[in-house]
Amino acid sequence: MMQHTSVRTIVRSLACYVTLAFLCACQHAPTAAVPQAKATGAAIVESSGGHQVGSTGAALKEPIVVQVNDDKGTPLSGALVTFHGDGVTPDPAAMLTDSSGQATTTVTLGAIAGRYQLTASTPTASHPATATLVEIGLAYQERLGALLADKHCTRCHDPESSAERVSNYDNLAVKPHSFSDGSTLNKLSDADLFAIIQHGGPALSRSPLMPAYAGTLSASDVRALIAYTRSIADPPYQPAGTFYAHK
Amino acid sequence: MESPRKSKSSLWHALFGDPVRAFGVVSVVLLLALAVAPTKEHFSQWHRYQRQYLTEIHDRGDSISLRRRFSPGIHQIWLPELGVVDRCTTCHLGLNEASLSDVRQQPFRKHPVIPHKLEGFGCVICHGGQGAATTVAEAHRSERDGEMPILPTRFIEAGCGQCHQNALAGTPQLNLGRAMLTRYGCVHCHSILRPDGTKVAATDHPPSLVHVADKTTREWIYSWLKDPQAYAPSTTMPNYKLSDADASDISAYLISTSRPQAGDTATPDAKASASPDPAAGASLYGQSFCSSCHAVQNAAGNLVGGDVGPELTRIGNKVKPEWLLAWLNNPRVYDATTPMPHYRLTAPQLATLAGYMQGKTDTDYGANVHLTAATTQQVAHGKLLISTLGCAACHEINGVAKPENFAPELSSIGSKPRAQIVFLPGMERSLPSYITGKVRQPGAFGAGVKMPQFALTNAQTDALTTALLALTSRSRAIPDTLRVAYVPETAYQPAGHAGRLMTELACFSCHRINGRGGDMAPDLTAEGSSVQRQWLVDFLKNPNTLRPALIRRMPRFNLSDGESEVLTDYMLTVYQSPAIDQEMGLATTPDVIERGRQLYYSKYACQGCHIIDAKVDKGYIGPTLTSVGSRLTPAWIYEWLKNPEAVRAGTMQPNQNISDEDSQALAAFLSSLKGAASKGAKP
Ligand code: HEC
Repeated sequence: MMQHTSVRTIVRSLACYVTLAFLCACQHAPTAAVPQAKATGAAIVESSGGHQVGSTGAALKEPIVVQVNDDKGTPLSGALVTFHGDGVTPDPAAMLTDSSGQATTTVTLGAIAGRYQLTASTPTASHPATATLVEIGLAYQERLGALLADKHCTRCHDPESSAERVSNYDNLAVKPHSFSDGSTLNKLSDADLFAIIQHGGPALSRSPLMPAYAGTLSASDVRALIAYTRSIADPPYQPAGTFYAHK
Repeated sequence: MESPRKSKSSLWHALFGDPVRAFGVVSVVLLLALAVAPTKEHFSQWHRYQRQYLTEIHDRGDSISLRRRFSPGIHQIWLPELGVVDRCTTCHLGLNEASLSDVRQQPFRKHPVIPHKLEGFGCVICHGGQGAATTVAEAHRSERDGEMPILPTRFIEAGCGQCHQNALAGTPQLNLGRAMLTRYGCVHCHSILRPDGTKVAATDHPPSLVHVADKTTREWIYSWLKDPQAYAPSTTMPNYKLSDADASDISAYLISTSRPQAGDTATPDAKASASPDPAAGASLYGQSFCSSCHAVQNAAGNLVGGDVGPELTRIGNKVKPEWLLAWLNNPRVYDATTPMPHYRLTAPQLATLAGYMQGKTDTDYGANVHLTAATTQQVAHGKLLISTLGCAACHEINGVAKPENFAPELSSIGSKPRAQIVFLPGMERSLPSYITGKVRQPGAFGAGVKMPQFALTNAQTDALTTALLALTSRSRAIPDTLRVAYVPETAYQPAGHAGRLMTELACFSCHRINGRGGDMAPDLTAEGSSVQRQWLVDFLKNPNTLRPALIRRMPRFNLSDGESEVLTDYMLTVYQSPAIDQEMGLATTPDVIERGRQLYYSKYACQGCHIIDAKVDKGYIGPTLTSVGSRLTPAWIYEWLKNPEAVRAGTMQPNQNISDEDSQALAAFLSSLKGAASKGAKP
């Protein structure tokens, strides 16, 4: 009797493996029907929807729109466009361009904070043409940083005014940098950023126009601000220090 | 009949024929039985993941320390007071490993940074799922006996909302969803009890329809009922998808039962339509800062303005001229609890403003609505519809009582077992997708569903779903000590003449005082410690611009001298902070003032945000300080500089840890700034 049970357990767990393996394998191969192309284009370009900053696990606010053109550069309808990218879920993943040559999809980001690449491709006479869009996902910490930045910092750091808020940038004798300005901020270490945010410009021998925030923001708030600036840096931020290469 | 019995006995004989054989067989069976447990463990999912983890970290630079922190076997976080028995960390091995932040593969990812420690709360409190399970399927997806599967990442903020009953920085989706539950009228029909037993109260202000015929026409009501968003895209009124006949019958009932309101006809002696002057109207509309609360669509089709009051894009289509005049004259006559202030407008001002508003008319709107007089049956049918659809849950309506518990209670909707849900064909069979579907399109769940169609974006639907998913039975079981309780609005009401004035001016629509009121404008609880008397008297009469960058501003109410003084004296006496000592002595010698001036411009660089001399300074963020010495009291300036957050929570001004000495010097300098002629400005 016992013999039987253990054999059954082994068989059962084997069966589990197989189904699991199948399930895993299936997840990578979406089974949605791919529509039949009615036309073949020559190029694909982004119309809108790139460079959005969204929340991990959530759909981006704006839809992603790409346009397929023929060899004369005029928009082409009925061309097949497929969207794919690591960690992102486009819905729909494949479609034909509409009468104005455009294909629109909504994209849900994966659960990890960082950059996501979405590639839109369309077959052409020779090889498939592609357009690559970059989207940014913020997790809890980066989102908190974004909120804090919005409340305390962007009035000075962002030269753009919005309907709700007038920028103070033009009024500053020394100009701060936008938080997405990777070419400047990537050069500052986390420790330097921490110092200037907590103790103000003079901490890095810079202008006192940058106020000290140690009395206002907690250490974890400051870390959240740093995480936020790092995640939206353009060019992207590469942390210095040990790299663990995958073999 | 014979042979099977014979073969059975021969099998018995083969196995247990003699004692040695029997011993051997029994040993083998025993051995195999003993092997079951280790074999089972070896082939178990979690064991496989642990081996995979070791392979994964093998080649990493810090594999030695990673391996040192790894311990084989089942891991468990046990928190009896929370009812947590979480074994998730058996497979999720990298949750606390900072160096694994580049790993994308589950179950080895590092957990994103959050304000809680894993060891303090475990996993399922926030994520749902079955903590005690040791297989992926059971831990993540089990629904046995009403067990809740894992919450999709999209709605993860619902996890926070189980303990945190107030708005939380960092959970915008949950905050929005909760605000919508009270703003979109959900709680007029559905009752929702928070885990502490308090009832979620509505914050919208659906108009009473008792005197509706004074305000508008039957034709407008008809068009509105057919499609509220066609009149005002931003309205929270849902669409009931009424047939022409039903909309006509309801409008007939409302008009026929409406009672005239005394006062609506007692309009001032001005005629609204008499030669409206659009330019003067627009400037009065601007001066009165109507757009702080009301939105209007601009030429580009974007809504501009606040959302405290209704959108006014097509207000001319809606209201009768004489009602509008009476309303602008004193809104509290028609609606005693309106959030709208009673501006003291003169008769010519009223005519100008009303004429301007009346001009906001869309000639196409409702152009082809022609209703014939309704029969008694139609009116009766209108009444029947009103009671079946539950209109009186939100609006006061003559002859129809407010229904109690019109729709199902939602206090535990986040734990509704799947077995109790009727899914639509083709719909993902999960609670989140059911709630989203129901909020997005209630009509899809059958013609009998009374819930109307709301005009919501996907982000709004997700936010509402998040807020509803937070209402779990677990949230009720959490000990009070761990719950961040809901802080209700107080019922604070100032007394006397000043109290009456503050009600008439609807100060609480924008300002918060002693825990009651809006957040559009500064909290006034300690305003009396802050400002000087003459400044406040003048400001209330003619609010000038303190912060040029603000778009929403204090309107001019046209107060009389007497009213302004009554309010000022009340505020100066009652709204005092015990932390601010007005009697403190402040050295104001020229030396100290000069030192303050230097600190202002160099050490603390205050000019980055504030203007003293508009010719040289341009700082835009904080208020202008040109004459701050005649506005604020020196004691208040001193305390403020030392710790702004302690004086006014939530302020943007950073706490620069200014020493007592520096604060005194700065306060002395600022107090010396008495206006344009001041010598304090930068040379
Ligand atoms: C009053 C305007 C103002 C505010 C508000 C402000 N900053 Fe700055 N910040 C500056 C100025 C000016 C500089 C440039 C100083 C220099 O280069 O000498 C600066 C510099 C910085 C730098 C160094 C990189 C750079 O841009 O040059 C960082 C990082 C920074 N600020 C972060 C913050 C954060 C985070 C906040 C919000 C908590 C904040 N700042 C709020 C004015 C401001």
